[in-house]
Amino acid sequence: MEGTPAWARGYAVCVALGALLCTLPSLPGARTPWWAVALLAALYAGGERIARRRFGGTLHPVLLAGAFLLAPAAAALVPLPGALFSHVERRPFLLRRVWRAAHASLAVGAAAQVHAALGGREAVAGSDVPYALLPAGAAVLVFCAALALLNGGMLALAEGLPLWRACRGLFLRSLAPLAVHGLGGLMMAVLWLSPYGPVAALLVLFPMAVSWWVFAQYHRERAAHQATIRALVQAVDIKDGYTRGHSERVGQASVLIGRELGMDESRIDMLRFAGILHDVGKLGVPTRLLRKDGPLTPQERRVIELHPEYGHEITRGISFLGEARSAILHHHERIDGKGYPYGLVGSQIPEPARVVAVADAFDAMTSTRCYSRARPVQAALEELRKCAGAQFDPRMVAALAHAIARDGWHPVVTAEEDRPAVPAQAFDDRSEVRR
Amino acid sequence: MTVRRSHVALHCAAVLLGAGSLLVTFLTGIEDRPVALAFGVLVAVGELTRPQSGPRLREAAPLGAAGSLSYALVGGHAGHPTHHGVTQVVAVVAAVSLLGSVPQLARGQAVLDHLVRRVLAVGFAAVCFQPLHNRGVFDGWSGPAYALLLLALLVLTVLCDAVVAAALAHSRTGWPFAPLLRDELRAVPGIGSAVCATGAVMALAVAVVGLWALPVFSVPLLLTQLSLRRYAAVRATYRQTIASLARATEIAGYTPAGHARRVAALSQAVGRDLGLPEPELTVLEYAALMHDIGQLSLVDPVPAGATAGLPAAQQRRIALLGGAVVRQTGAGAQVAAVVERQADPYPEQPVAARIVRVVNAYEEKVRGSGPGGPLTALEELRLGTGGEYAPEVVEALARVVWNTGAARWGNPRASAPGEPRAGWCRTTGGTV
Repeated sequence: MEGTPAWARGYAVCVALGALLCTLPSLPGARTPWWAVALLAALYAGGERIARRRFGGTLHPVLLAGAFLLAPAAAALVPLPGALFSHVERRPFLLRRVWRAAHASLAVGAAAQVHAALGGREAVAGSDVPYALLPAGAAVLVFCAALALLNGGMLALAEGLPLWRACRGLFLRSLAPLAVHGLGGLMMAVLWLSPYGPVAALLVLFPMAVSWWVFAQYHRERAAHQATIRALVQAVDIKDGYTRGHSERVGQASVLIGRELGMDESRIDMLRFAGILHDVGKLGVPTRLLRKDGPLTPQERRVIELHPEYGHEITRGISFLGEARSAILHHHERIDGKGYPYGLVGSQIPEPARVVAVADAFDAMTSTRCYSRARPVQAALEELRKCAGAQFDPRMVAALAHAIARDGWHPVVTAEEDRPAVPAQAFDDRSEVRR
Repeated sequence: MTVRRSHVALHCAAVLLGAGSLLVTFLTGIEDRPVALAFGVLVAVGELTRPQSGPRLREAAPLGAAGSLSYALVGGHAGHPTHHGVTQVVAVVAAVSLLGSVPQLARGQAVLDHLVRRVLAVGFAAVCFQPLHNRGVFDGWSGPAYALLLLALLVLTVLCDAVVAAALAHSRTGWPFAPLLRDELRAVPGIGSAVCATGAVMALAVAVVGLWALPVFSVPLLLTQLSLRRYAAVRATYRQTIASLARATEIAGYTPAGHARRVAALSQAVGRDLGLPEPELTVLEYAALMHDIGQLSLVDPVPAGATAGLPAAQQRRIALLGGAVVRQTGAGAQVAAVVERQADPYPEQPVAARIVRVVNAYEEKVRGSGPGGPLTALEELRLGTGGEYAPEVVEALARVVWNTGAARWGNPRASAPGEPRAGWCRTTGGTV
């Protein structure tokens, strides 16, 4: 935080000076409609506080409405109060606030410039709607590009990301939400100048806010769901002391193999769940057996070998798992048909199960357990290669070895919640200057 | 039987209004056809993208609702006044909603209540606005005042709609009216406000810029609706996962099969009887599903999973262990607190924990007992109200058990959660 590169500071100051230059022409202008600027700025400042806290969105419709209604220099004033008094979590506070205000101001100014150049302001004043969509669309594109460029530059300087990739990612992520915000902004602008006045324009914000709220709800629910899947696994941890983190790592290794085999995203998601849940059936095995020190009798071994079937049964009601359930049932099958529960041979074993079997064995060898020391990664891969063709599918073993040779193996120790990217927040603190 | 009467009255009113309007419109023809067609298409799109309404989705079709309400309040089109009357508004909305509900009907979902609500709400808004508008009463109003008038009318409409919805739900399920109305009204500031604002804004925008306003305005609500669909889907899988977690104790042989599900369903019924609001019922459901999770930590299972007969200290230990697991499920701290405190003496418990404790004990006592089981079990619970079981919860349980056809020895399998009219008692050994 404290180590903000000097370049990044200089860049922020330059952008701030640019924003100042952009807003200057409005000051002597007797033709600037100050009350409209003040109303929009107040709306943005107030709305921003509520929106960030409640919906995780930001009030781009208001900024864009300003760009469609006002002259460029005046429009660039709209985001200033809201951004200068915004809530900042991390140091350096002043610089962050200045940066937020400056880059938003520049982007709004640029959008307004393009909008005015294409005759958008006349179209808005005349409620000429099908035509007004064209300059508004161009303005939104420019707004989005300006934000992506300015933010991308900051990420490149502050965090050393490659400039082009940072900009492209930001642009593509925020284009769709900004297009929707642009429609809202356009309608606000048209109604603002209609006989019904600003009162009607404010009503546009309600549906916008609700769509953010529902979106945020959806993501909250999704996170809760992911946590529940992990809780199923942690319930196994309670019974079985040495598996801590094992399920999570098997999920990770399964994903590595799936990526290497070029599977599509939905199948890779399925593999992650299959890996995480592969041992969930141990919930059905008596705790006394799981915690037993010393060798197991053949009868006890048979009881423990029931766990794939228990797992298959426990997850029966979870419809979205789909193929992952077959992996839970068959992850102890062997290619030569000597595995359990069914003794399937070769390609009879479902593909996800062959993936999870390799991932499971790999993690078992590379993590320390009460009865064995962890082996180095290379030794474990060597062992897997020895058993390929008899116990494991050689394709999966080769894929895992290949992936690890290229990127290394960085196991997650704790279950880290993957935060879904919320497009409406494309420009919140997380994607903004992280120093 | 006033319950049935209100139900029949509402349905009759909607049918009469809809059929009468269709007949009148058929005889007199349609005014302002482009406007009628555009709004018809909008409402149809809204209906066709509707999520399958779950129990926790109040307004499942915000776009259809906003579109039909704004059609009721359209007074002009691109600067020219419009002349469609109440009957045309109701006829168009009723016909399109009916058509849009065909896929839902084909899937075998109940759409009647939804249609009744829609027709009555649109009829109300149109009756309040169109006759006055067509007589030129609002001609002298200034722009902003007119906008606020539309908004006020819509707020009134949505409030009336909430009352109608609560009345319909009350007569369909027999649950107490007041909590249902409270739940309906609680949804008004959220989705309800968006529907009001969008309805008003669309009507105004059509008056200013013409029909182009409709596609532009429907985008945010369409997105909301799609998010709602995904939300409903993820919510459903979440419940499945929680239920699977609950079944883990059954598969591990700690508790009898179906126990968690039965305790959850019966707890919900008791919670409704005590008038708990919707969010608390959800907490109650999750907590009841997972109330035995703590037993997973025991090295050796409790005989038959019957925790109600254990010494208090051990009961509390299992409850705390369960709370620790539930804390990691993302179900929320409230659910974990209920699971943790299910073994405390009742004066110190939250209501949900009292319900879980009583229902769990009842379930364990009824299990494997004969036809007199429910009576004996309730009697034992009443005697145990000296500190373990909350008397008001035991009474609510008695009401639920006897009002919902305990005499019909229903198959517990048929009693899905939230389905109140099913037998809670089982014949001997009737495991699922």
